[in-house]
Parts: sequence; C-alpha cells; structure tokens
Amino acid sequence: MPRNPDIKKVLMIGSGPIVIGQAAEFDYAGTQACRSLKEEGIEVVLLNSNPATIMTDKDIADKVYIEPLTVEVVEQLILKEKPDSVLPTLGGQAGLNLAMELEERGFLREHNVRLIGTTSETIKKAEDRQEFKDTMEKIGEPIAASLVVRNVEDGIAFSNKIGYPVVLRPAYTLGGSGGGIANNEEELIEILENGLRLSRVGEVLVERCIAGWKEIEYEVMRDSAGNCITVCNMENIDPVGVHTGDSIVVAPSQTLGDKEYQMLRTSALNIITELGITGGCNVQYALNPDSFEYCVIEVNPRVSRSSALASKATGYPIAKVAAKIALGYTLDEIKNAITGKTYASFEPMLDYCVVKIPRLPFDKFISAKRTLTTQMKATGEVMSICNNFEGALMKAIRSLEQHVDSLMSYDFTKLTEEELTEQLHIVDDMRIWRIAEAVRRNIPYETIHEITRIDLWFIDKIAILVEMEQALREQELTEELLKEAKRLEFPDHVIGQLAGKKPEEIRQMRKRWGITASYKMVDTCAAEFAATTPYYYSVYGGENEADGTTDKKKVLILGSGPIRIGQGIEFDFCSVHCTWAFEKEGYETIIINNNPETVSTDFDIADKLYFEPLTPEDVENVVDIEKPDGAVVQFGGQTAIKLTEALIKMGVKILGTSAENVDAAEDRELFDAILEECHIPRPKGHTVYTADEAVRAANELGYPVLVRPSYVLGGQGMQIAINDQDVDQYIGIINRIAQEHPILVDKYLQGKEIEVDAVCDGEDILIPGIMEHIERAGIHSGDSISVYPARTISDSAKRTIEDYTRKLAKSLHVLGMINIQFIVCGEEVYVIEVNPRSSRTVPYISKVTGIPIVPLATQVILGHKLKELGYTPGLQPEAKHYAIKMPVFSFEKIRGADVSLGPEMKSTGECLGISESFNEALYKAFLGAGVNLPKHKNMIITVRDEDKQDIIPIARRFQNLGYKIYATRSTARVLNENGVKAIRTNKIEQPSPNLMDLILGHKIDLVIDTPSQGVEKSKDGFIIRRNAIETGVNVLTALDTAEALVTSLENTDIQKLKLVNIAEI
Amino acid sequence: MKAFLILEDGTVFTGTSIGSKREVISEIVFNTSMTGYLEVLTDPSYAGQAVCMTYPLIGNYGICYEDQESLRPWPDGYIVRELSRIPSNFRCEDTIQNFLKRYDIPGIAGIDTRALTRILREKGTMNGMITTDPDFRLEEVLPKLHAYTTGKVVEKVTCEEKTVLKGKGPKVALMDFGAKENIAESLNKRGCQVTVYPAFTKAEEILKDQPDGIMLSNGPGDPKECTEIIEEIRKLYDSQVPIFAICLGHQLMALATGADTKKMKYGHRGGNHPVKDLETGRVYISSQNHGYVVDTETLDPKVAVPAFENVNDKTNEGLRYVGKNIFTVQFHPEACPGPQDSGYLFDRFIKMMEVTE
Repeated sequence: MPRNPDIKKVLMIGSGPIVIGQAAEFDYAGTQACRSLKEEGIEVVLLNSNPATIMTDKDIADKVYIEPLTVEVVEQLILKEKPDSVLPTLGGQAGLNLAMELEERGFLREHNVRLIGTTSETIKKAEDRQEFKDTMEKIGEPIAASLVVRNVEDGIAFSNKIGYPVVLRPAYTLGGSGGGIANNEEELIEILENGLRLSRVGEVLVERCIAGWKEIEYEVMRDSAGNCITVCNMENIDPVGVHTGDSIVVAPSQTLGDKEYQMLRTSALNIITELGITGGCNVQYALNPDSFEYCVIEVNPRVSRSSALASKATGYPIAKVAAKIALGYTLDEIKNAITGKTYASFEPMLDYCVVKIPRLPFDKFISAKRTLTTQMKATGEVMSICNNFEGALMKAIRSLEQHVDSLMSYDFTKLTEEELTEQLHIVDDMRIWRIAEAVRRNIPYETIHEITRIDLWFIDKIAILVEMEQALREQELTEELLKEAKRLEFPDHVIGQLAGKKPEEIRQMRKRWGITASYKMVDTCAAEFAATTPYYYSVYGGENEADGTTDKKKVLILGSGPIRIGQGIEFDFCSVHCTWAFEKEGYETIIINNNPETVSTDFDIADKLYFEPLTPEDVENVVDIEKPDGAVVQFGGQTAIKLTEALIKMGVKILGTSAENVDAAEDRELFDAILEECHIPRPKGHTVYTADEAVRAANELGYPVLVRPSYVLGGQGMQIAINDQDVDQYIGIINRIAQEHPILVDKYLQGKEIEVDAVCDGEDILIPGIMEHIERAGIHSGDSISVYPARTISDSAKRTIEDYTRKLAKSLHVLGMINIQFIVCGEEVYVIEVNPRSSRTVPYISKVTGIPIVPLATQVILGHKLKELGYTPGLQPEAKHYAIKMPVFSFEKIRGADVSLGPEMKSTGECLGISESFNEALYKAFLGAGVNLPKHKNMIITVRDEDKQDIIPIARRFQNLGYKIYATRSTARVLNENGVKAIRTNKIEQPSPNLMDLILGHKIDLVIDTPSQGVEKSKDGFIIRRNAIETGVNVLTALDTAEALVTSLENTDIQKLKLVNIAEI
Repeated sequence: MKAFLILEDGTVFTGTSIGSKREVISEIVFNTSMTGYLEVLTDPSYAGQAVCMTYPLIGNYGICYEDQESLRPWPDGYIVRELSRIPSNFRCEDTIQNFLKRYDIPGIAGIDTRALTRILREKGTMNGMITTDPDFRLEEVLPKLHAYTTGKVVEKVTCEEKTVLKGKGPKVALMDFGAKENIAESLNKRGCQVTVYPAFTKAEEILKDQPDGIMLSNGPGDPKECTEIIEEIRKLYDSQVPIFAICLGHQLMALATGADTKKMKYGHRGGNHPVKDLETGRVYISSQNHGYVVDTETLDPKVAVPAFENVNDKTNEGLRYVGKNIFTVQFHPEACPGPQDSGYLFDRFIKMMEVTE
C-alpha cells in the first residue's frame, strides 16, 4: 500500500524531561521519526518540553514547541497549528498518555485529527490491565494469574488467594513507577497504597510472582496490511524480578533452543496481530527455565527503550520504519537503509553478540539502596558488540565509566565463603562481580544458580573470564595466551596488572605478535548481503572490514557515553551538531560512542560509527585504523575531555582549545595566575591534598567553605562544609573515588549565580546570552532554575561579565566553546568555575536565542572568524521573551536517596518554560516539570533556623492562595508570631498525629523542608522528604525555589498559555 | 588439535578441529539461523555440503534429540566460530561436541566465519576441504576440490521402506527425497494419515494406494540429477490427486512440467527470508535452505504461474499449477528451524484434499 495522501501535517509528541524510565531513547526515536516523515514531504509540528533534545531543533521539525506536555497545551497547539494527524507512539509513555486523554475527551474527533500509527483502541487493549488480560485470554496467550484492584482490601484478598510473593504493577506509569514485589501483607499494603496513588487511573495489577523465570523480550513490527516481523529478541541475564531497564541484557537470546525461540516469536506475532498494532511493539515474556511454560508480562504498543536497544543491536531502524508504516506504507515497500538492497520486511540476523549494562546512579546517591527490583533505577545504559559473549561483557563493563574495567573491579575477597554465599542473594548492580568471586572460590555453579537463578550458561561465561584472570596471573604470557585474553577483550592494563607488566609492554607485545583489533560491520544480515553503512565493532582475530582510505580530511568525534546524572543528553546534542557541522565543511566524520539510546549512535549521523568503549585503548585502536586528521573533545562532556591526554600521546591533533589550556582552567595555580593577570576576582581558596591541610585552609578562609575535587563532573563529591568535622568527612568521601588530582577548598559566597556559554574564535567572543539562577549559589547549577535573560543583575554587572568572559577566553586561548560560572554580589562579579568546553546549557541557550552555538564553535575551530560568519562579537542583544530552564528529578525512583539539593547535582533532566512574561514562563516551567499543585491545598513547612525569617513572606503568599499550612514547633511559632496561620504538628518521633501521618494520609500537596547545612542533616528531615517523594508529594528544599513556585502559582489565572514556535526565533 | 579449511579459490582458514578428525571435501554453504543448529545438522538437504553457521555461538543449549529433523546429521562438515563449553537447557541430553564425534562429522571451529561468508557471498558457493593434516599441499588439494560434485545424493538420504503415521483425516502420500520430519509431523498433527515412500517408488505404486493427496518433500542436491524421479512426478502430475511440494519437490515438479531450474550464486539458507504471496500481497518470514531455484523465464503460463516470490531478490518462491490442484513452494512451511508463519499452507493443502474428495 502506498502512503496515505491525506496525511500532510503531523503533530509529534515527545517524551518531555529525561527521568529514570524515560530517557534519551525517545529523543533518538523521535528524531529518527521526524526525519523519516520529512523525507516524505510531511510538515512536522513537534511538541516536547525538553530543550536538551535534538528533536526540538528547527532542523528536525518544521514547527517546534518547547512547551509543557499537558492536555491543555496539546489542545491549544492543535487549534493553532491544525495538524491533520497526531503520531503518539514514538514519544514514550508521556506522549502516548497525552494522546489517549485527547482521544478519550473526544477532542481529536471533534477537530478531525486522527491518531496515526496505532489506534486508541489498540493502545487501550495493550495498556489497560483488564482489557489486556481479556485480550490475551481470548487468543490463548498465558499471563500470570492476576487481578486489577482499585483498593487495598481487594489486593489483600487476592494475594491471600494466589499466595505470596506477588508482583504489583500500577497501570499507566513508566519505568514501573510505584511497582514492586511484596513478600507479605505488610509489604503489600505499603507498595499497593503508593501504586494506587501513582497510577493515572488508580489501578494496580496484583500478579502471581514468577520471579526467577527467564525474562525474554521480542521487538515486533506490523504494518497496516498485517505483515509482521520480529526485529530482535533479547534475553535478560537477570531473571524476572529485576526491571528489564536495570538488567544486563544480551541479544539475541543465548539459552533458548529454536523450539522456545519460535514459540515465543509466534506468540509475539499473534499478540501484535490481535492488538492490531501498526508500527513497533515490544512484548516481554517470562519463560519457565524448566519447561515450555511461559507468561506474557507486558506489551508496549509503541517504541520503547528496548526498541532503541534493538535498533542499535541489529541496525534495523525501528522508529524510522514505524513512522513510514504510520503513513500507510507496508514493510515490503520500505527499503532497508543499511543494505540499500533488501526491504524492511525481513528479520535481522546477527553474527555477533550484544550486551547491554544499565548505568545506575548509586555513585550519586550514596545513601540509596542499591537493590534492583521491578522499579527501574538506571539513568542510562551502555551497549557493546563482540563476536563472543565474554568479550561483549568485558567491553560493556569498561564502557560504564564507573571505575570498573574487569570482573575484579569490586573487591569481595575479604568475605568468608559463607558470607559470600549469603551475599549472592543480594540483587544489585554488583551481582556479577560477586558471582565472579564465588567462581574464584570454587563455589559450585549449581549453588550460584540455585541462589541467583541466573542461567548456568552465563555463570560459565563469567567462569571463563575468571579462568583467564588466573592464567594471566600464573602462566607465562605467551603469544597464544595474549591472543586469547584479547579475544575475551581484556584491556592491556588489566592484562599488565595480572601478568606483572606495564600496559605499554603489553601493547608492544601485541604489536610484535600482530594481535590487533579488527573491525566488523553491523549489517542486519550476517554478511548475506553487502551493506553500505559503515557501522563497526571491534573483535580480535579476523579480517578487518573498516576501510580507512578516503580523500577527505577526517575528524574523530568522541561521544559522551552513558547518560548519567551530570552528563546527560545535552552532550549528545552537541556531538551530533558538531558532526553535522564538520560534514558541511567537507570532512569525513567518525563517531565513537557506546550509548544505544542516543541520536549520535544512529547509523546515518556520522560517515562512520564505531560502537566502542571510550577508553584510551579502545580509541587508539580506532585511531590506528582511521588515522584521523584531528579529534574534537570539547563536545562530549568529561568523557571526551578525559581522553585528551591519551589522544595527544597517540599523535592525534586536538582541534580547538589546546590541552594545555584545558589544564590551565582546571589547575588552581595556573588558573589563579591567569585571573590575577586579568584582574578578575574569585572567591578565596586553596588547593590541598590531605584532610589536615583542608581543615587548616577552611579555618583560614572562615566557614562556610566549599570542598570539591578538581576535575569534577556534575559536582561529584562537592559539598558545603560548616565545620571541621564536615571537612574531614567530605575528604573521606572524595578519596573513596580514586583521585589523582588535588582537592579545592573555597570560601563559599552566597550571591546570585550566573552562567554564560560563549564561542571564541581566538580574537573575538560571542555570548548568546546571560543566564541567571533562581537559587542562590550553593545549589549545583544543573539543579538550579535558570532564567534567560538574567533579570536581577545590573547592566554594569552584565558588562563586567562580558568583559571577564572575553578576557578569560582570550587568556586561555579558547578556540571553540567556553562555559563560565560567576557569582554576583551587588556590583561585584566573581568567577567560580571555567570550563573550556561545551556545557549542559548549550542546547537550551542555542534554542532560546536562535544562535546555533555548536555549529559556530565548530566553524571557528576550523579557522573561520565570527565576524566573517556574520555575527557581531560580544554579548548579543537580549531576547524579548523569558526562557526558564527547570531541573527535573527522579527521586521517587531511587529508594533512600536524599532529595535535598546542594552542590552535588541530582537532577536527571530539564524542561523549558518560554514566554514574553516572566511569570508565565515560570508557570510553564513548573508545569512542564510536573509540579502540578492541585487538590488539597495543604502544605507542610519545616525550615532550618537560618531560613525562619525568609520563609515568612513566602508562607504568607501561600496562605493568601488558600493553602492550609502545617509546621513543626519552631517554624509554626515563627509563622504564627508573624501573622501567618500555621497548625503546629508533631515531629515524626512524637506521637500521632504527626508529620508522617499527614504525608501518608495523602492529604498534602507540598512540603517545604530546608535541611540544616553540613553533614549533620537531621534524620527527621530525611525521612520526611523521602516519604513525601515516595507518596508523590512535591518537595522543595530551597527557599528560592519555593518563592519561584508561589510566584508562578499566583499566576495560575493564565488560562490560555501563549505557545511559542522556537523555529521562528 | 589444529584444523584447516581450504577453499577452491585457495583461501585457507586455520582453526581448531571439532568432531571427527576425518578429512572431507564438500560444497561449502552458509546458514544464517541464530537458533536451531541441531535441526540444520539433521536436515537431509545438507547431504553433500559442509555448513558454516554465521551465528558465532553454537551449542549453547546442547542437543535435545527430539528436535532432530531426521535420525542422524547429514552435512559432510561443520564450520563454526565457537562451540559453547557447556550446554544449558532443561531438555539438553548431550553436548554438540559429543554429537559430532558420535556421528563422525568433521568440523572446524575458531575461524572467522564472517570472513568465510563474505567470500562465499562475493564469489559464490564453492567447494572446500576440512583437514587436520598440517602438511597439506595446496597444489594437490585444489584439483581435488575442483573435481568434487555433490552428485546423486537423494538416494543416500531417502528412507528404505515405506512407513505409516496413523491418522483419521485425509491420507497423504509423502515422497521422501530427504524429508525433514516436521513435514510428516505437520500433516499428522492436523489429523492426516501420512505414508512415507522411498524416493524411487514408482508413481503407479503410490497411486495404487489411493492417497487423498501427495506431498513432495525437500531434499539435497541438484534437482536435475533426479532424472528418474522427475519422470515419476510427471505421472503424478497427470493424475488428479492434489499435490503440495516443498523445496526440492517444488523444483522437481517444475522440471517435470517443462520448466528449468538454475543454480544460485550462494543460495538462501536461514530463517529470515521474506516471501510474498502474490495473490494477497502478504509477506511471510520463512525458513529456507536451497541453492537452486526455478527459472521463471522458462515457465509456461498455461502450466504454472508464480504464487510466491522473494521480496529481497525477487526469485521464485512458489508456483500454482493452472487447472490443477497442485501448489508448490521453495521455502519451508514446516519450519524447524525458523519461523512458523507459513504453516497455514498445510491447512490449505488439507482443504484442497477435502474439496477434491
């Protein structure tokens, strides 16, 4: 069937801010879909509240709205833009939920807008627990015994009937929010109450627990003619019980025979057919390891995180094909873009093995429980490809950038065998390392399998790696042994460590014996057809398919690895734009990256894609083959910056700001010298190495002080200390993470925090705009609400900022991007941090000023001058609108994480509010972040002593809005004394009714709780904040945020939001 | 122990010996299935060939004897990247290592199977030798490789005497040219009584048993080598008995009715080939294993018209015979290994037999 000619203008809904469970994969899918639609001449209107995404670029869609994802906004947008169709299945759960609500309201029908891709009936059949169950029963597909409940009592009754443990799954939530496994009635009540609250429709599924079964997924496609294919199947190494997003996953399945493989494949095709899906779909199964018995766990009637993974694992562009199907094409009419010869109606065949490992945020949330459950906790993931499983696992491990490079990276040697066996029961991110240790101690495979339920095949693969460790330790390093170690992807430095040699010696031996990496192509067809798309992975042993010869100049672009807190999708935005800019300049572009969720790892972004770990050795292997003319490191976050030194050693020219100047910005003494020379003040501070020195420095400066390691990422290990004990403790924490660099102790200044991104061509600078943080200095810039243009600092301060930026950029010989953070106290401007590279705010500021910073930076790196590119140097005129970037957190997903904000970054994503009026912009930003204060108009205030005076006017304004205020003793007293009515409530340890009863009673909309500074954070406060978050209550921990919120609430009379098309800026 | 794979073009791969240490010369083909290695090994259509598996990890779930497609493995040799050290599956009865040894199948592991596949793709299927003798002399080996032909292999793989699978439904005569067990199984499961006949049974003998339908099976080798069988098939064509044919059976029927077959460059072997039903436009993913194909240019439209074609290379995947209750397919609706999407063709065959009755 050719494409439906009635479809001319399509509204695509994106997935909003990055949160755990809904991350960069939807930017990838959405971007690919937009490009696929535009290829067909369709006008694309895009709605997404997330400014860091590539899909919200004016190059990707025709009209771009970075507005809150609410029903009201979509309705208004449809009235304004009059699209004829909405494509909801490529924007994750958020987009799907919105489309469903519009459909249910009858709005789409009323305005003659159709849902394309998949009908609302289909979505309902897949998403509604009861309808899904009925549908599966109708076609005889087994599901675990289950019941949809709307109250706790029914849940208890059903669980008693089917027996504990039971799994709880709230309907219409993402990443399994609010779900979990209950082993007894007490746990059931706790999880169920919460789940009922989080579900959009107040429904939770109570289900027979099939924990321990194999978890298998199929990615399926279907077109409107009924043709079905499976793109890929995947097997979770972690059996059922761990969310698939938190599981180590291998593709294709490894322990299934053809009978099992085909049984589940046929089932998946039956399901997609019965549901009538047109597009992509993901089916999850639990398979009894001891029989052919299986259960359908879940169906996602849309592209998902798994489909992004399947696309990268196979080379099959699921989102692109899904978009074409939505337009009416059938699978046999859509060309396979990888081979250029075959069609989309085939099934990819792999001749390699893919391993995905989740990137978990426990390095950021030290207090959080590391246990993995059905509630997803990972912020991102890495993928690796190799022609053997062991090698793929080793590569994935070192791609994580979590100080792990082998199965020896976590030390369990101190445990007794008994303790170790006991600890095998722990299901967390260190499980495979524990299994490796168990293998080292000769604990039988069977025992490990009995406890973990992980298949013996995977345990044996871990054993093969452990045996190689032993061989390298004990045997002479012969050519044969080294060859085998490299086949298993042991890095040179690990081999060296084990064999008692330097990494360089290992490298020499390899060169001598000709043991080098060769590259194979991901071609969707196991070499059956010639492929034209250079998408490569490395193996040891075998023919090299990567062709290094070309006439063009070559540039190597280093990606930013897995999405983690502090290094998110923004850097992928930068990498992709840099790639496109180089391409325009006539370069051959080469990307190395290992994140399957991103646009940069799509096969048609760069001329060549190497899907590889970002370590010096892996990069060097690519360099050896490609011999690039230069490399760009300033767009890939710290991941790329960290590789600078290694690249220089390899003889690769660093394009843009030189390495010495990057160092100068980080090296305290060099940097102080530059500041002095430029007459730029900075908060007083010292560089120290030990705890004693730190305490001495702190006392000399006077508390409070800021303590942090140099070379920071997202404020890792950065803290405000108010006394000697604090300093001692922080130094301890910092040193836990291997530190080769010194520690900085600075005087902490409480002023306005200001941030600029600038491009410098060596002579002139260009500052698109000045951004101001709403929260006072002390809260990480990534967690602060950022306002462009800055509104509370004077014009002369702005001129000073421009002047300092110019001086710093020139003194550091910046060629390309620079990011500077300032503190402004009145007319005084201090510099607090300089990063001569791209930053988190680049996509945001590019979009709201309309200045394409990354392409500009790329052009100046190549020698163009800003003036010749048509720009007037200096600070650009301010825009007429306000654009506010609001951080978004995923605290409810991470049990035990402290939600209070400080110098350590905690947010996972961001959204934008844009408007000519500041208040409307602020309102939109809060709305986009999901802060939707509604129902009860009850709030709790409990603030530390320093904040007691400042809270009074804020509380008064909330009271004026009709809020009933509950407060703890001293806060209540201060408020009442100052004419704000506050109901005094008992603290947690005091008898009921106390604060906890209020929170758990689901009657509270908002908690304002400012934690006391330093490490002596009240335990009470922590518990209050955690419980509030886990019951879905908004929690604010900074007064500035609270004030901004009340300001925005005072403007909720804004009925009709004015929508801004970013593409017109 | 080291093993060597020597190709007709002089390429030598060095790997590790698996299975038998015996030296063997055969036609080298590749299969892209990611599961179902035992089904591939026991598919009689591989007689006279050595199979290279493109999926690099083989033997992961061991040997489950009930998955065999015939009573023994047929390939002359087996070529893999890696054999799993331990198998893991609840049905596993043995390791693939033991299986290859028991049946004396020589093989080679640890070679770059992707490189081999690329050679076969570019240069076409060619002959090769697997040997454990490190002192082979290329100039002696190559002439032997050039001289090798698969020859008449159907006689090696067909059953010796007729057997019956009881059923209450239509009576099907299954001509065994090297039939995969799941063909009889697929019919029997649907209620058919299936009588399996050796390949060289005369048409008269079959027709004398008054079957409701005749099933022509898959099998190995060049269809044109089967001259006697083609003659008998012509007689079956002339009878009014409904006929369904798969793979070699499909090619033989085409030859019997005046069309021609040709050798493909490297064939179709795997479980991901899209075939289009030309009547409905629907596309099915199919299991395939063939190196020859019916040349549609030679079809007499008054006799047979294409019913299925391959979406990728547009080669013929099935024929419908004009004015006859006969349809034939190049792919494998019985699957095993591979997708079961076209299993409905057995239902179509049964319906055809019922209507004819």
